[in-house]
Amino acid sequence: MDKIVLEHVDFVYGTGTPFEHKALSDVSVRIAADRITGVIGHTGSGKSTMMALLNGLEKPTAGKVLLDGYDVNATAKELYADWLKRPEYQNMRKSTAKKAIRAEVEKRRRNLCFRVGLVMQYPEYQLFEETVFKDISYGPKNMGLSEEEIRIRVPEALRFCGLDESLLEKSPFDLSGGQKRRVAIAGVIAMRPEVLVLDEPAAGLDPLGREQIFEKIRQYQRSTHSTVIIVSHSMEDMAEYCDDMVVLAHSGIVAQGSCEEVFSQVSMLDGVGLDIPQITQLMRILRARGIDVPENVYTVEQAAEALKRHFQSLKGTDT
Amino acid sequence: MKSIAFGQYYPANSPIHRMDPRAKVILTVLYIVCTFLCRNVLCFAAILLSAVLLCLVSRIPLRMILRSIRPLIMILAFTSLINVFMTKGEHLLTPTWQIPLWGSRVWRIKIYEEGLWNALFMILRIIILLIGTSVLLSYTTTPIALTDALERLFSPLKKIKVPVHDIAMMTTIALRFIPTLMDETQRIMNAQKARGADFSSGGLIRRAKALLPVLVPLLVSAFNRAYELAAAMECRCYHGGEGRTRLKILRLRFSDVFAVMLLVAFGVGIFFLNRQGIGYTMK
Repeated sequence: MDKIVLEHVDFVYGTGTPFEHKALSDVSVRIAADRITGVIGHTGSGKSTMMALLNGLEKPTAGKVLLDGYDVNATAKELYADWLKRPEYQNMRKSTAKKAIRAEVEKRRRNLCFRVGLVMQYPEYQLFEETVFKDISYGPKNMGLSEEEIRIRVPEALRFCGLDESLLEKSPFDLSGGQKRRVAIAGVIAMRPEVLVLDEPAAGLDPLGREQIFEKIRQYQRSTHSTVIIVSHSMEDMAEYCDDMVVLAHSGIVAQGSCEEVFSQVSMLDGVGLDIPQITQLMRILRARGIDVPENVYTVEQAAEALKRHFQSLKGTDT
Repeated sequence: MKSIAFGQYYPANSPIHRMDPRAKVILTVLYIVCTFLCRNVLCFAAILLSAVLLCLVSRIPLRMILRSIRPLIMILAFTSLINVFMTKGEHLLTPTWQIPLWGSRVWRIKIYEEGLWNALFMILRIIILLIGTSVLLSYTTTPIALTDALERLFSPLKKIKVPVHDIAMMTTIALRFIPTLMDETQRIMNAQKARGADFSSGGLIRRAKALLPVLVPLLVSAFNRAYELAAAMECRCYHGGEGRTRLKILRLRFSDVFAVMLLVAFGVGIFFLNRQGIGYTMK
């Protein structure tokens, strides 16, 4: 099932000014539900712009963004013809039906940012409240949830991000960098979005912090079955944590599919200046030297497994 | 936010763009003086022509120039109305217009020919001022070049202990960080919008409250930036203007001096044109 579909999307910054810049051109992407999709590409390849399109922060210059098949930027006028035929509007008077459609479209537009939760790059800069609890409850409050509901959701979101509940009454400005980032991510998770989009969630963190963040994101996805999109330029992280991948370069899509499919196109990745994971490269070199290991190895764990099998088979021939 | 170019600088390659910024500052001041010297039709025709010529030479698209006039439309309308209705003169155009108020009171509208001329001249004056300053300075000079020029022009004030260099440095830094902070504002606004913030609905108080989640992080990051910049400047041994050399040394060329002399001549010409008793002369 496709959760999000982008159809021939163009995006131009600063139309009609001397600073006009085409950030996306003819981008068509399908993002599957209940999976982790990695969006990978160099700086300036249009990754962040694409993410801003998903939750309605930006509108495409041309093309469509579909969430569960619904064009998120459709205006009521464009929908009248189609929707008036629907059973729920058919029995109404035409003017009442149109009014109902307008209200529905407005509601969907408003709810879009709650359905598609976007964690921007360096999200720790968005923290503003006196306490961690208040900051995380900002999103749920904007959704109009009740106090009780918020009291359930905030600690839950904090747990998902691997933080202790003792932090709830602390000021977010007293936390460490990694903790701040997780609080900011919790602020989005507390809205329980169907799609969670994270733009470079591990940028600027130490290796341990990176691993923890990605691990928590994976646990979150597996337990909630939501759709997760991670933007990154690190092939290693993507190979390790993503199910699917989309490769962006020069404002367009160069490849998409499962990790195996994308990584098998080595020559293409070389062409856009992206590397396959180092461990995959190592395995390829080993193969070239005549050592019998599989080619489609993308993580260190898989490599260890493959090498173990290889040595066992060697032992087998010895005896 | 990328669509809003800060400081209106419009990159192009024109003689005005290439001119020494100091000359441009002096030219702008002279041009403003010329605009205020104008009193009669001939003068306004001459200065309007010069403004059109400036626009053509600067290679700034007409669209950009009109855009800078647009926010002033209300002020233009207001001043011209005041001038039309409030100027008293000799040639009455509307002898019989009367608007009844309460009781037996009436309001007699008196519009004089002089009022119409005054209104026209005021509109022209404001528009030409705007075109002159924007074409000569803001559209064709980067903010940094501008502060550099001002620092050099005001450097004689150092003799009376005015910290010219420090003021110029502070202005430069402030100007340099406006686009950065605008980007930052946009980023934080987007981040809060992604959490359902609503900046455009509700009354004044609600909207002001909605801005709090933007202002707090913005202030925090502005202070952090200031500390970082101060540290970076200290690391490079910045110690004020004393004995500092420059990367870009401003050199006055003959064309710069010539342009200033030309404008002075123009001003003298305007001064004499004013004395010709042609048509209505503004007081």
